[in-house]
Order: sequence, then structure tokens, then C-alpha cells
Amino acid sequence: MRQISQKVRKLDAQALVTGMPVYTQDIVQGPYLTVKIVRSPHAHAKILSVDASKAMKVPGAACVLTHRDVPHVRHTLGGYAYAGSNPYDRLVLEDRVRFVGDAAAIVAAETAEAAERMARLVKVEYEVLPAVLDMDTAEEAPAVVHPEEDYVCKPSIRNGNARNVLACGESGNGDVEKVFSQCDVVLEDDYHTLGNSQCMMETFRSYSFYDKNRKLTVISSTQIPFLVRRTIAYVFGLPISTVRVIKPKVGGGFGAKQSLVTELFGAAVTIKTGLPAMVLFDRRESFTATTTRHEMKLRVKMGAMRDGTVRAVSLYVRENAGAYGDHAMGCVGLSGHKSLPMLGKVEAYSFRYDVLYTNLIPGGAFRGYGATQGCFAVESMVNKMAHALGLDPVEMRLKNIPMEGDVMPAYYGETLTSSHLDRCIRRGKEMIGWDEKYPRRQTGSHTVRAVGMAASMQGSGIGGVDKCFATVRLDEDGRYTVLNGAGDMGTGCDTILAQIAAEVLETDIANVHAAAVDTDYSPYDKGSFASATTYVTGMAVVKACERLIGQMMAEAAAALETPEERLVFQGDCILEKDAPENRISVSDLARRQMTSGNCHAFTATCGHMSQTSPPPLMAGFVEIELDTQTGQVKVLDYAACIDCGTVINANLARVQAEGGIVQGIGMALYENMQFSSQGKMRNNSFLQYKIPSRLDVPPIRVAFDSSYEPTGPFGAKSIGEIVINTPAPAIADAIYNACGVYMTELPFLPERVLDAINNKAE
Amino acid sequence: MLITTVLNGKSLRQEVPADKTLLDFLRENGCLSVKRGCGTENCGLCTVWVDGTPVLSCSYPLPRIDGHEVTTLEGVREEAAAFGAYMAGEGAEQCGYCSPGFIMTVLAMERELRNPAEEEINAYLAGCLCRCTGYSSQMRAIRKYLEKRHETD
Repeated sequence: MRQISQKVRKLDAQALVTGMPVYTQDIVQGPYLTVKIVRSPHAHAKILSVDASKAMKVPGAACVLTHRDVPHVRHTLGGYAYAGSNPYDRLVLEDRVRFVGDAAAIVAAETAEAAERMARLVKVEYEVLPAVLDMDTAEEAPAVVHPEEDYVCKPSIRNGNARNVLACGESGNGDVEKVFSQCDVVLEDDYHTLGNSQCMMETFRSYSFYDKNRKLTVISSTQIPFLVRRTIAYVFGLPISTVRVIKPKVGGGFGAKQSLVTELFGAAVTIKTGLPAMVLFDRRESFTATTTRHEMKLRVKMGAMRDGTVRAVSLYVRENAGAYGDHAMGCVGLSGHKSLPMLGKVEAYSFRYDVLYTNLIPGGAFRGYGATQGCFAVESMVNKMAHALGLDPVEMRLKNIPMEGDVMPAYYGETLTSSHLDRCIRRGKEMIGWDEKYPRRQTGSHTVRAVGMAASMQGSGIGGVDKCFATVRLDEDGRYTVLNGAGDMGTGCDTILAQIAAEVLETDIANVHAAAVDTDYSPYDKGSFASATTYVTGMAVVKACERLIGQMMAEAAAALETPEERLVFQGDCILEKDAPENRISVSDLARRQMTSGNCHAFTATCGHMSQTSPPPLMAGFVEIELDTQTGQVKVLDYAACIDCGTVINANLARVQAEGGIVQGIGMALYENMQFSSQGKMRNNSFLQYKIPSRLDVPPIRVAFDSSYEPTGPFGAKSIGEIVINTPAPAIADAIYNACGVYMTELPFLPERVLDAINNKAE
Repeated sequence: MLITTVLNGKSLRQEVPADKTLLDFLRENGCLSVKRGCGTENCGLCTVWVDGTPVLSCSYPLPRIDGHEVTTLEGVREEAAAFGAYMAGEGAEQCGYCSPGFIMTVLAMERELRNPAEEEINAYLAGCLCRCTGYSSQMRAIRKYLEKRHETD
């Protein structure tokens, strides 16, 4: 293979490192209106009136929009393919606000200064209502977050919005209680994960305008251009094809931009005024008024035999949806379906969940998407069980993980078609020096070094749901253009897709151009999320390239007056197998599109949907130093071995892994989202919400041990999300190995670790 | 107020509001490489040079550049491309949004520190946040770049 697994540079690298103007805010042209949002200071309130008279007197004021000025169409902002089960519980603006920071009104003005002044001068009269701020008491709370009569949801989610229940459900296999009763050891524990902010460096922004044909056009920093188009059309009652969404370079997403965030506000202003409008959220708004990882409380019960075989497991999850259910269903499902299958030998499992509304910032998509929370709880319990049985956690994993060919009942009954997880675990163990370091070494009077580990899985796209197309075109000069609709958010998926095309077309990557997404020109793609683009869109590219080659072969047969079956495609030319001098170059073929009488265009569009979602798998190993006097945990080393199937781009896969692991370390040790007793987010800036800096993390060491996934492009699975999962449970276990306390609530702040140490001593 | 400055080698006299930040001024004057990541001096994305010293332009009052020289990535594109090639070689630019501020800081570091050890590099760059890469690939790029520069010195 010439392109696959190589360290191919990102096609846009040169532009990015020289600071070219390629992001949303860089490419828009003025003059335009600046849009600002008037935000609720209350966690729950009814809007009695909005007085815009003073605001409209500000020089340059363009409009103030209230709930009376926007369509009354319930919708969800969560980007999900057609089969999504998120409730439709939002309006663009409503006469009710449901969390501190919820939109109460929209203002727009000719300058940012004027818009800010307007936002301060809009007088909103609120009737403050009791708020639901704790998911544990949400069901009994006197307040109802969503009392509206036009609330829409699918019956299958078993909604009880009058009791603040967004959904509940259960699934399982076998009789867990019976198997528990036969186990030598049964353990049960509770785990708690907090909201996390995605913190991509480019905050949310979009720019909307009417083009010359009065087509509503939105330039957006998004992962889901086609779903943005669909949702704008739905909310404003427009035919989908009369809306155009353009995605320029995006400065990171991590799931945050898998929801619509700014787009509807800007579109509302453009529709109202006919003028271009820019919405740009600052960092504080990005923290407080968008979405976070879902807070979850997870109870794990696990039964095992003395030899370490886990025979039964149950998981109960309470998920805090916050004020709106944008991604609540998907995330809660993954907390079980992507954690429990790691126990590959269980005879019975049960998974139950309740999803509760509260008057807090809504949960949304963040890398890992629920699987991360589930992994923390279940993997922590596997470690605890190993300690209870006196077994090495590594041996415990090797005894219980699913093996290639195993059916995984908790993973929708799918068969594990490719896995080198056992090899990943052994390799990671060597990398960290487990045998020498496990469990701990005293390094000073109050410092201990210890190791810990965890294993994890994710998916590759959403089986039977995610649909992605790709168009591959032979251009006039014999080079190729790949059009996709996925929405590269900085991960490099445009480059990955170009590599896949170059491989099939047997050409150099320099001959392949990957175009950014424009819904007017790009083929449909559900978007860049759910670890899908390489696996699903990548297969669409393979298919489209193969079809394109077929078109070129047919044309070559005509040009060479030779039957097609005697011809062979060789990348730069098509020639007759037995008479290689009878040949036509690809560039000549390309030119024939413009010159030959038959008018064939060499362009192929193919779609792909996978019925399965083959899991990438990995093992993460950490070495920490714990200061037992302060409770401070320092990560000294992190070694990971990953089976993401065939690595398409060696550099980009490695950087995905390094970056994801550091995000996971942030989640485990630093990122501590807190709310006041009134529901106001306390840490709404990088001053207070600390993501890891380069001083906080060691060099991350990553190895790959690739299985071959038969359903993926060149054997590839996914890499984007799985990498965030192992740090929290691995670090928790390293802390246990260091000092004998189980940390069950994220993050492991020094004061919490110290408290746990002191409590244990008492 | 009226300010006089040299922006990327070009003299500029402009009437500006005294409460404007350097960042907004720079973007309005076509330096679109300059990005705002936080607005609270925590992320380093808005780093530019004033008289060759890195400053955080999001919180730098514009009047302070009066009589001083300002350099953005647009003013050091060749150098940026030379170092940037090493970033690209590692896949370290990822979304690229923090690249301009990061590169300005790396280039300033190169001028300031002789043969820095990894610890010194990390200390110098501590204010440059990146959410994509986890920093390891950035360090690989810096080391390779500095080694190459050292060889050619």
C-alpha cells in the first residue's frame, strides 16, 4: 500500500501553520449585523414581558427578537441521523427559560459594541420559578422543566416529562440475580462523573446571509453541515434545498459542534432583517450556554469466581440531561453498550437507566459520548474486583475480554469481527514496565509511585443508521477531486479520505484534492461524529473510486478499441494486459471528457452504510506519583496500545490518541465543573476551568497493534473517541495502588484524594 | 486617540478608540492569523510580538503600542512556514486554531533561549493551550526543528 498507514501531511497544513484566513470569522465580508443573545440570569423562569424600546434606541440597532418573532416549532439541536430519538423540546426562543444562560431574546446591531449595549438594555421581566438543580430529586421536584403541551418525543423512550423524566429503559441478557448468587465474590459501588466542557479553541460562530438568488446561506463552524441545513429548514419552514451550509476550516469540535449552537439565532436575524448576520459566542458563553458532557451517576454490581472469571454484571445509570435532551438518549445508551461488552464472558448482564431533566446547562456530545462515563465505572469495578480476588488487573482483563469472533450480547448482539485487544494489553503492560512497577514503590517519605490500567472500546459509526456519500471526479487535467460532506473539524479527515482515494486510484496524494463541505456541492453525509468518518465515509470513497475506475475502463475500451476485460487500470494509465503498448493515459482519458463525442463525465457518487459498528479497542497504562501529604497526583507516564484496525495515517492517528488521552487526563484530574446553589456555572473561563497545559502531562506514548476489520476501508476502524476513555479508570486504580483508596467521583482533586486517605486512616 | 506604530514592518498612523484591545486592532488591520481563544489571558492563541517580545493581544490595551513595533504571524510567514513544516510533519497542527499564537511563541523562544532543555521549552510555552494534540507532537516538532537549526548554525 502506497498511501495507507503513511505519515501523510494534512492537505491544509501549510495554510494552518502560516495563519492563512481560513476559519469562519476570517472569511466573512462586511458589513454585517452582529448578533448577541440576552441570557437568563435565572435557572428557571417564565418571561412575562420583553421591553425592547430602550435597546432599539441604541444607534445602529437593527432588531430585537423575542419568542413572538420566531417560529413555534419544537426541535432538537442535537445532530443525529434521521433515526434519532432525541425529544423535540426546544424552541429558538420561548416564554420560558430553563437554565442560567438560556436565551431570552436576540439582538442585532451594526457593530458589536452596539449589540452588546442593546443586550444590556433589553428589559426582560421574569417570573422566577422553582428550579430543579439535582437529578437525584428531579422526579419528586415541585418544578417541571418541560410542562409544555407540544413536547414531542417517541413513545419508545418511555418519557415522563411531567415528572422530569426524559427517558428510562433497560436491556439485558440472562438472569443476573441468579448468576450473582452463584458467584464467589459480588461487589457493588457507585460512581459519579461530572459535566465537562469540550473546550475546542475556536468558540462557536456562524454567519448567515441571503445569496444573490435569495438562498439562505450559513457559513458555520460545525461538524454537521447537512444536519445544520436540515434543522434550519425544519425550524423556519423552508424546503431543505433552499438552505445552503458552508463549512470552512473548523478550530476543533470534540462533539460540541455536533449540535447546532449559533446557527438558528443568526438565521432568525437574517430572515427577519434580510441582512448578513454574525453570531460569535465568547468563551464564557461557550462554557455556560451550549452543552457539556452529561453528568452521570453509575451503580455497578459485578459477580466473579475466585479464578477471576466475571459471570454477571449490572449497571444502573442516572443521566443528567440538563434543560434539553439534545444528545441524552445516545449518550446514556453508550454508557452501557460500550462498557459492559468488555466483560466478554458474562452469562448475564443488565443495564438500566433513567434520564432526568434539570435546570442546568444541557448535556451534549463530547468525545466518548457516554461510553467514557460507563468505562470509568465498569473498568474501575473490574480493577476493584481484581484486588478483591488478589489478582493482577492485567490478568483479570486477559481472562475476561471478548475475543475475535465472540458475540457481544451487550453490544447489540454484534460479533467482534476484529480484535487485537489481548495483544494491546500485553504490549501496554511492557511499555509501562508493569511487572517492575506494579503495584507501588515508595519514592520519598510521602511520595509513592504506582501504576494502573484500564481497557476500553468504542464504535465505528452508528450501525444501520449513519449514511455517508462521497463523490470522486476525474478533472480535466487528470487529477482527482474528492467531495465529501463529513465536516473535518481539524482531525484531518479530508486528508484521510484523500489518502483512501489515492490508494484505490493508485496515484499520489498530490493528485487528489479534497474539497471542504458546501451543501450545494458536496454529497450528503450525516456529519463528522460517532467515530464514523474514516470507517463509513471512507468506504463510500472506496466505492466511488471503484465506480470511477469502471467508467474510465469503459471509456478506455472505446478509445483503444479493445474489449474491457483485456484492459487493466494501472494508476497513471489503462493498458492492454497482453499488449502493453496499447494504452491510454489517465490524463488523455480526462481530456476525452471534453473532446469525445460520447459525452461521458467521469464522476462517481457512492453511499455507504454499515450495518455494524466494529469497535476499536485499547489498553491504557498510567504511572503516577502521589503525594500522600497533599493528595496531589502527578501523571509521570502514559502508555497506550490501540487496535483501531488498519491505521490510515500514522501521524494523525497518533496525534488523535495523544490528544484524546490528555483530554482524558484533564477529565480525571482537573476539569471540575461546578454550579452555585442557584444553578449558575462557577467555573466559566479558562481561569477557573483548567484544561491540561503542557506542564500537567508527560509525553504520551502510543503504540498500535492493528487487527484487520473486514468491513472497513483497507481494514480500518475508528480512532477519534476511544482514546479519551482509559485515563480516568487507569488513574483511579493507580491511586488505589498507591494508597489503598478507591476514587469513585471525578475529578481526583488533591483535596478529595487527601480526604479519602484521611477517611481510610480513621 | 492617534497612535503611531510599525505593524509587520509597515508604518501606521491611526486614530483609534483608547479602549480597544490590540487583538481587535490587528484583526481590523488585516492580521487575521491572530485568534481569540479565551479573552482572559489563559490560552495564548492571541500571542503577537511587541518590540519582539510575546504579548497577549486580547488583553493588551491598544494605546501601549504607540511608538512601538508589532509583529504578527503575517510578518514572519517564512519563518512560520519553516517551523510549521516540522509541525505538519508530525501532524501537530491539527485544527490549527492555536497554531499562530503557538508559533509566535516558539519563534520568540528560539530567539531567547540557547539550546533549551525540554523542561525549559515547556515552561516557556506553558501559556499556549492546545486542546487537540496533547502537546507531545508539538514537542517532537520543536525538537526536530531546533536540532536542524543547530546543525545549520
